[in-house]
Amino acid sequence: MSATMLQLNAVRRVFGTGRGETTALDGVSLSVAAGELVAIMGPSGSGKSTLLTLAGGLDKPTSGGVRVGDADLVRSDAEALATLRRRTVGYVFQDLNLLPTLTAVENVAVPLELDGASARAARREAHDALAAVGLAGLEDRFPDALSGGEQQRTAIARACVGPRRLLLADEPTGALDSLAGEQVLGVLRERADAGLAVVLVTHEARYAAWADRVVFLRDGRAQDQAGPPAGPETLLADSDVTP
Amino acid sequence: MAIRNALLALLADGPKHGYQLKVEFEAATGGSWPLNIGQVYTTLQRCARDGLVEPAEASGSDARQRRYQLTDAGREVLDAWLAAPVDRDPPQRDELAVKLLVVLAASAADPAVVIQAQRTATLERLQRLNQLARGADPADDLAWLLVADHLIFQAEAEVRWLDLCEQRLARAGHGAVAAAARRAVAAGRAGDRGEDAGGAAADAPRDAQPEAGGSR
Repeated sequence: MSATMLQLNAVRRVFGTGRGETTALDGVSLSVAAGELVAIMGPSGSGKSTLLTLAGGLDKPTSGGVRVGDADLVRSDAEALATLRRRTVGYVFQDLNLLPTLTAVENVAVPLELDGASARAARREAHDALAAVGLAGLEDRFPDALSGGEQQRTAIARACVGPRRLLLADEPTGALDSLAGEQVLGVLRERADAGLAVVLVTHEARYAAWADRVVFLRDGRAQDQAGPPAGPETLLADSDVTP
Repeated sequence: MAIRNALLALLADGPKHGYQLKVEFEAATGGSWPLNIGQVYTTLQRCARDGLVEPAEASGSDARQRRYQLTDAGREVLDAWLAAPVDRDPPQRDELAVKLLVVLAASAADPAVVIQAQRTATLERLQRLNQLARGADPADDLAWLLVADHLIFQAEAEVRWLDLCEQRLARAGHGAVAAAARRAVAAGRAGDRGEDAGGAAADAPRDAQPEAGGSR
């Protein structure tokens, strides 16, 4: 059984006070193991993005526990959180967020260089990371010469490069057409299969279906979970395609 | 009618016998629509009677070996079918929609529970479809992949519709919807698959919810 990479324990996050008080998360528990892809679905305002910011150490819960690997995020100071974000946790957002003046490989190398790697070592690793998301040969393109899907895959490579263990993706397919979205999901799935823990926030059920588990949030609570599929052999028997 | 027209379409590139049509139809539809060979022969005979197909020359006297080809009239019927958009009216009656509507009309159960149970099941179906589509080779299994895409989009549309139903009900003053959903979840947790991330969930009872909140 794989190690737990992300553990939320009865997490509450309340914004504001008094009348303006809003409970974004109301006792959510969730754990994601290395090698697992978990999708979070739910309507706007259900707490999906709050959950990701807590998991990534960008915010702290009002109560409850958040652990990433061995690190207790609630007790970590700002510096420890910054290190965690640099080394352990990667993000992918809907808007592609690549630096337009850097090539694909330079974009991917940035976090490694920030973390002290030599330019050469960073470039070599970034090269491999791009190949792993199917972008070998496009390393020296600038973002505006890449398609939306290619830009998003570059962003995923950047979020996975180095020693990262947890990938947090917030609507990564939101700006993409169906085929490009499918490729992005394929890459996320492969990263999970290669050992990363991946959390995917999406409102598109067809992308959530790539996950090992789907968690619904509503009003800040985890409502139910769709588990792993029973097996692929049952598709046509219960399909509604009849002569 | 769809099958008749599909068989006419498969005759567009030359004469074929019944069994060949069956095989080609099933391949073209990615194996998603098995055809009874008897149905193929009956359809061909009816088409021949209506002058849409005719036995190809030099085909044997044995009905099973007889090859058919399109007539001009058949080609016209085929062209008309291909040129016309598929008519979706009247819409097919959908059991899920009916179920939800009568639940609302007669307070027969908690709509939130019905919505939730369906959404979980549909998502699991989506996961299954997705697994299948992922295993398909886009070059070799193109037909099958397109069928899977079709089913995937239908399932996704159902999930989105259920989400919207839930939101509309909540807004329309079915304030109990969310609360009831929580109770349903709590009841379902009796057989929870556990907090454990990697835990085997395949054996967890997922359909243990319908009674929860039903006393309303």
